[in-house]
Amino acid sequence: MELCELTIHELLNRLAAGETTSEKITESVFRRIAGVEERVHSFITLLEEPAMEAAREEDRAIGQGVRKPLGGIPLAIKDLLCTKGIRTTCGSRILENFIPPYDATVVRKLRDAGAVFVGKTNMDEFAMGSSTETSHFGITRNPWDLERIPGGSSGGSAAAVAADECIAAIGSDTGGSIRQPASLCGIVGLKPTYGRVSRFGLVAFASSLDQIGPFTKDVEDCSVMMNVIAGYDPRESTSVPREVPDYRTFLGQDVKGMTVGIPKEYFIEGIDPEVSSAIRGVVKTLEGLGVSVREVSLPHTEYCVAIYYLIAPAEASSNLARYDGVRYGFRSRDGRDLMDMYKKTRSEGFGTEVKRRIMIGTYGLSAGYYDAYYKKASQVRALLKRDFDEAFRECDVLITPTSPTPAFRIGEKMDDPLQMYLCDIFTLSTNLAGIPGISVPCGFSGAGLPIGAQFLAGHFEEGKLLRLASAYEKHADFEKRRPAL
Amino acid sequence: MEYEPVIGLEVHAQLLTDSKIFCGCSTRFGVPPNRNSCCICLGMPGVLPVLNRKVVEFAMKMGLATNCRINPFNIFARKNYFYPDLPKGYQISQYAEPLAEDGYIDMDMNGKRKRVGIIRIHVEEDAGKLVHDEHAPSSYVDFNRTGVPLIEIVSAPDMRSAEEAEAYLRRLHEILIYLEICDGNMEEGSFRCDANVSIRPRGEEKFGTRTELKNMNSFRNVRRALEYEIKRQQYVLENGGTVIQETRLWNDSQGQSHSMRGKEEAHDYRYFPDPDLVRVEISEAWVEEVRRTLPELPLVKRERFVSQYELPPYDAGVLTSSRALADFFEETVKRCGSPKAASNWIMGDFLGHLNQERKAIADSPVTPETLGDMIRMIGDGTISGKIAKEVFEEMWSSGKPPARIVEEKGLVQITDTAFLEKAIDEVMQANPGQLEQYRSGKDKLFGFFVGQTMKRTGGKANPALLNELLKKKLAP
Repeated sequence: MELCELTIHELLNRLAAGETTSEKITESVFRRIAGVEERVHSFITLLEEPAMEAAREEDRAIGQGVRKPLGGIPLAIKDLLCTKGIRTTCGSRILENFIPPYDATVVRKLRDAGAVFVGKTNMDEFAMGSSTETSHFGITRNPWDLERIPGGSSGGSAAAVAADECIAAIGSDTGGSIRQPASLCGIVGLKPTYGRVSRFGLVAFASSLDQIGPFTKDVEDCSVMMNVIAGYDPRESTSVPREVPDYRTFLGQDVKGMTVGIPKEYFIEGIDPEVSSAIRGVVKTLEGLGVSVREVSLPHTEYCVAIYYLIAPAEASSNLARYDGVRYGFRSRDGRDLMDMYKKTRSEGFGTEVKRRIMIGTYGLSAGYYDAYYKKASQVRALLKRDFDEAFRECDVLITPTSPTPAFRIGEKMDDPLQMYLCDIFTLSTNLAGIPGISVPCGFSGAGLPIGAQFLAGHFEEGKLLRLASAYEKHADFEKRRPAL
Repeated sequence: MEYEPVIGLEVHAQLLTDSKIFCGCSTRFGVPPNRNSCCICLGMPGVLPVLNRKVVEFAMKMGLATNCRINPFNIFARKNYFYPDLPKGYQISQYAEPLAEDGYIDMDMNGKRKRVGIIRIHVEEDAGKLVHDEHAPSSYVDFNRTGVPLIEIVSAPDMRSAEEAEAYLRRLHEILIYLEICDGNMEEGSFRCDANVSIRPRGEEKFGTRTELKNMNSFRNVRRALEYEIKRQQYVLENGGTVIQETRLWNDSQGQSHSMRGKEEAHDYRYFPDPDLVRVEISEAWVEEVRRTLPELPLVKRERFVSQYELPPYDAGVLTSSRALADFFEETVKRCGSPKAASNWIMGDFLGHLNQERKAIADSPVTPETLGDMIRMIGDGTISGKIAKEVFEEMWSSGKPPARIVEEKGLVQITDTAFLEKAIDEVMQANPGQLEQYRSGKDKLFGFFVGQTMKRTGGKANPALLNELLKKKLAP
């Protein structure tokens, strides 16, 4: 077995025991990249030289007895997080030459924890998409079937982990952008509670929904990553000053007596029968572990897509106003005057989907429409939050499918934005309510495509998610497979 | 037909905090372009704002000083528009739930009390500054000012003349400076004013169509621009036209305003609550804590000076025009015990010198102690008022205390009757012709003898004593 195929906790053990080095692990990762990247295309920018240098640096530290939580582990970072001195494109032409002079807080925390950065991963432009097809830098393919999409928007990070091009990765989730690609690529992906992980240096898509989280090969790695990235950041006003538990302590805990809710509104027509059957399997396994299951109702679920596609584009239309060609990034050379320069820069610099959302958002905030759209959506959002509060009064965790279908074919939904928006139907509500959610692998379709189950918990209850997910992972009765690349 | 103007003002005041509103950059004026900037105020991708608490405190002071209600919850909103001096493509401001609402200020208009309502005071960030190259078709942006905290003070449409508008603006300016939250410098743009003006037939309740005036960077220009605009609207109406809603730009050198944009071209700012900032909660306790730090405000101080020091309202007005001057006066009075004399000296020689040399009170070589001592020396007859002028000049140029100057220059007043009588005799002997004319009824010549005797004593004769002795001696 190649080192690149192992998990963080396995590699940390080997490093601590002196059985391997970060240099060897990193070499293994880059050998794998050399072998598969051409077909998968997970990365926008690869950092082989700096990574090898960082790996040797970590080896020296390990040699001196320094133990860091991620010391020497090769990670991939979504290209939406600012990395000091390293190009950060957000998958967009408008930032194709942007090199931030600062690290995102999460990037700094990972550096401090000894992580080795392999590269910056591909993504839908400014995280707007569910398939990684809107990137200016080309599409990413699903390692399980190269004719299919890896999900999105953090498709590059998910594919890189699934294809063993890194040990774990960082993504961001505004409406499902971690959980949906994790599900489609057969790995674990967690979206933390809003305010749990710092957004500083994460290029904003929709500020009230964005949250950074990990992609990992198993639940234990997820808790290791959370231990590093979670915590209050004085540089973010919406960060919550609340103590961070050691997330590893939730692993392997008994789940007997926990209550799981099945929201009836999430088992709708149009959901792939193989997906519903896989979720039923998850529930059965958990019942076998002494978990009690009940049906719950989240009555405002039907409004999720509408609320999300008013609030997220509205915030995005404002967040993306700064890309105007004046200070950094792409600038059209043909502008006759200021207004013309703005128009050409933004017309040429942004892709179709980003422009579509800027227009929707601008419309929804306009005088005369604000009350009917943005304001109304914010009010219904509050009702949706209340639905979840009610549900979590009677159960610890809710279980739903992560995605209504396994990975679809490349190009299948690109001409139909509405169909694409419905990919996130089960994940959007989590961001609107600000609660945490995790996607864990729960089987395969007949065609051999991974299926994921989504677990949701109340604010700051990531521990409950990890506890239940690790128990499920241990007792899941589907056959473990690796993508045949 | 007689028309009545209706005027409301929007004032932007830069707050004197050390650092910017949402980042740690310095707010210092006059440093090289873009020195005071960082990834946050430059609106780089992924950065986030964190509110400077001092800004809220400063803004609360203004809210309290203008009798506003401080809202317990404030919300920051984004005002969206594109301009090169606005790095994020939106300005963080307040829209619904501003910091303070529903206040007023009272002012004295020709002896009558006039109240102007304050609709709201909100907090926002300033934009940068464009510098246009005069020789090439290019412009540069200086972001030093970007993110400097501002408050916007919106008055009710309560002013009925350009004069009232100017007076309101001066009172607002004075309060800001009293509170030490704004330096009030109009040239550097730390105190800026836009005006909304309409006219209506006198007696009419309904407002006319208003225009907005911009680019008036002095008190005088505000008044001139308003006077011009009132006349312009009147001319339009009297000639059968209609006033159109528009924004007009004042041109100082031409003494005219020009249309900048009409209603149709007005921006839709698409305000919405800034999701990067949490709402600001202001407790009753915090409001009280800030209220306790408020200084005595100009109008109250003015009234106290009139009653406590028995000063004419005019004197009280001048002396309370700044906190530093009022303090200087009170210190001087404490030293000499003569309020009116102190007022005269301060309003006269002291302010004269200060203005001439463009000095701040803190940098004045004459202090309340030295000035007070000098006034006391006049009171107790040590020096005459005339000699005092000379002493004051010397105090100003050397900074020495008056007693030393009087001693060094031998300026002590002559109160020796025998000595003065001898001098008078000498003058009488030297001017027999004038003496005769005086004695035959030409009273005007009395001044001549005062002057001559003063000259002979080197100006040091005690004037009252000299007058008395002269009257006696010259009598036929």
